[in-house]
Amino acid sequence: MDETILLAHGSGGQMSHGLIEGLFLKYLGNPILAALDDAAVVDPPGASGGGRLAFTTDSYVISPIFFPGGDIGKLAVCGTVNDLAMSGATPIYLSAGFILEEGLPLAELERVVASMAETARAAGVSIVAGDTKVVEHGKADRLFINTAGIGRVPAGLELGNDRVRPGDLILLSGTVGDHGMTIMSQREGLRFSSPLQSDCAPLNGLVTAMLAALLAADDAGWGALHCMRDPTRGGVATVLNEIAARSGVGIEVEEAAIPVREAVRAACELLGLDPLYVANEGKLLAFVSPEGAEPLLAAMRAHADGREAAIIGRVTAEHAGRVALRTVLGARRVLSMLAGEQLPRIC
Amino acid sequence: MRYLDEFRDPQLARRLLDHIWARSTRRVCLMEFCGGHTHAIFRHGLRQMLPPTVELRSGPGCPVCVTADRDLDRAIAIARLPNVILTTFGDMLKVPGSSGSLQEARAEGADVRIVYSTLDALQIAREHPDRDVVFLGIGFETTAPTVAAALLQAEAEGIRRFYVLSLHKLTPPAMRAILDSGQVGLGGIIGPGHVTTVVGSAAWEFLPREYHMPCAVAGFEPLDILRAVAALVEMAEEGRAEVVNAYSRSVRPQGNPVALAMMERVFAVDRADWRGLGSVPQSGLTLRPAYARFDAALAFPVETGPSRPHPGCRCGDVVRGVLDPPDCPLFRRVCTPARPVGPCMVSAEGACAAWYTYGQDDEDG
Repeated sequence: MDETILLAHGSGGQMSHGLIEGLFLKYLGNPILAALDDAAVVDPPGASGGGRLAFTTDSYVISPIFFPGGDIGKLAVCGTVNDLAMSGATPIYLSAGFILEEGLPLAELERVVASMAETARAAGVSIVAGDTKVVEHGKADRLFINTAGIGRVPAGLELGNDRVRPGDLILLSGTVGDHGMTIMSQREGLRFSSPLQSDCAPLNGLVTAMLAALLAADDAGWGALHCMRDPTRGGVATVLNEIAARSGVGIEVEEAAIPVREAVRAACELLGLDPLYVANEGKLLAFVSPEGAEPLLAAMRAHADGREAAIIGRVTAEHAGRVALRTVLGARRVLSMLAGEQLPRIC
Repeated sequence: MRYLDEFRDPQLARRLLDHIWARSTRRVCLMEFCGGHTHAIFRHGLRQMLPPTVELRSGPGCPVCVTADRDLDRAIAIARLPNVILTTFGDMLKVPGSSGSLQEARAEGADVRIVYSTLDALQIAREHPDRDVVFLGIGFETTAPTVAAALLQAEAEGIRRFYVLSLHKLTPPAMRAILDSGQVGLGGIIGPGHVTTVVGSAAWEFLPREYHMPCAVAGFEPLDILRAVAALVEMAEEGRAEVVNAYSRSVRPQGNPVALAMMERVFAVDRADWRGLGSVPQSGLTLRPAYARFDAALAFPVETGPSRPHPGCRCGDVVRGVLDPPDCPLFRRVCTPARPVGPCMVSAEGACAAWYTYGQDDEDG
């Protein structure tokens, strides 16, 4: 039987990786793309001394388009801003492409665009280019958005999936699973005693505070920070596995150290999901050498977007390529990569 | 809500484990019937915390794991019929049948939709009165009453083109079939918590009475499972066999009479085909004649030909408890959650998926 695209190819897990490495990189591969970082960091052609540029793009097909804590427009701005911020860049310009389904109420589009404007203002970026296409009814699901973004990476900051080293500590900026479980419970019509809300937020403010704290620390500096990632599709577990593979290191995490809201945990138990695989849209993971951990954690906790930040684990030279989890009860097990689809169309 | 923490308290767990270590002197193999238990055991790393004398063995797992190839082939054939919307729980989507899976049928144009309850399927039937909406009815005693409720609702509303392909199964007869096969030297059964909430702990009394087999019904939190293991170890050490209810916050001896009555009203008990166990008498549920017009098996009599299971797949042995997943030659090499060969690798509650996902550092340990 001829292979076809399955929803699981978009889950961010093993099948997505298979598609990226087996098809996209096969045809489109080059050293910059092959790094598979959240944003490509490049020297601008013909320029000199102006620092490097970060460049990224992402498409948003989430359903429903409005959800507690955000909407597809806010998500489209935050997602691209965050991909830039994870490369250490200060986001500057965004583009926005809209694919609209015939029949979409104009008022809904306006709500989405107003939300994009508000989020862009909060993140300090300008949307400077755009495109609109309309397709026949049934050829799209209401509204899809693509955003691309450019940011400037300050000289002296070198981050990447492959730069994590044994001894590094792993910092997480807050609770996990809020976004994915919000969308899931909206779809399933689940109601919980404390309502779920997406964590969708731009992270560039938090990153700026983190970089400033490292620069101000006596015995650290930007060199202490090795990698930042926002655990979106596939969640924290997927990012940890990607880092373990690309940096050739082992990772140990403490289940008890990972903050999870009670409502998220209850929803996960009900639906048989593991919050470590559930998407976040306003959280980051930072891999930092030990001398940088304390100032970084303090800076994160002092910032509105990182109040519940915690050290959740460390990087080792043992069991390279694999992630081990110490469970709440003290047992140890492998934390593997998501194999199939867990939640369709959450971003 | 502190509910979850209460049943995951590390200190209480330590005390139970110390007790198990102190009491266990002889080797005992315990089977967890339910895949929910298997996953909880792996997710919390319980196997490695138990003494080497206590071996845990996965049993039938879940309805997806025990669905026979022929029944799956029928479901896929029905999904491919024109004008049919086949509604199913998500896990069935990827299970390979003799020629492709429901997921592949969907990618080729069949209208297959994932639902989270039978009522969702009923809603689809309401919204599409011009289509034949078939619900793929797999499940144990926990699911069957909800399907019965949906059918009664469909009848009350006069929904005409809603059908159920009833592949529902009963767990006590399957347990009996496993013990009768005599292939696994079991010393105790961890009874399925949710199923027993419906059927009642009395449904397992045949285990001590006829097989001198201890049984402890357990919930799904780590402390629930450890309490059940402790009770089974104690009974094994003392040569006793009883049914212990280690899930008393949910399970009553007589079960849930409302659910049982609903099931009884809509379904009749009949022989059923199980993966790994073959045809087991009195182990399945078919629609009673009064509800025959909802029966997809009668409405869509598809011809599927003989089923062609994958030659190397050992899922049948896994559900019988004869084989641990890593001992299957396909495990992790050919069969993975991304490309599953058998249902135990697909299902969120399958034993192979648990071993794969949570695989210990030492694979076979």
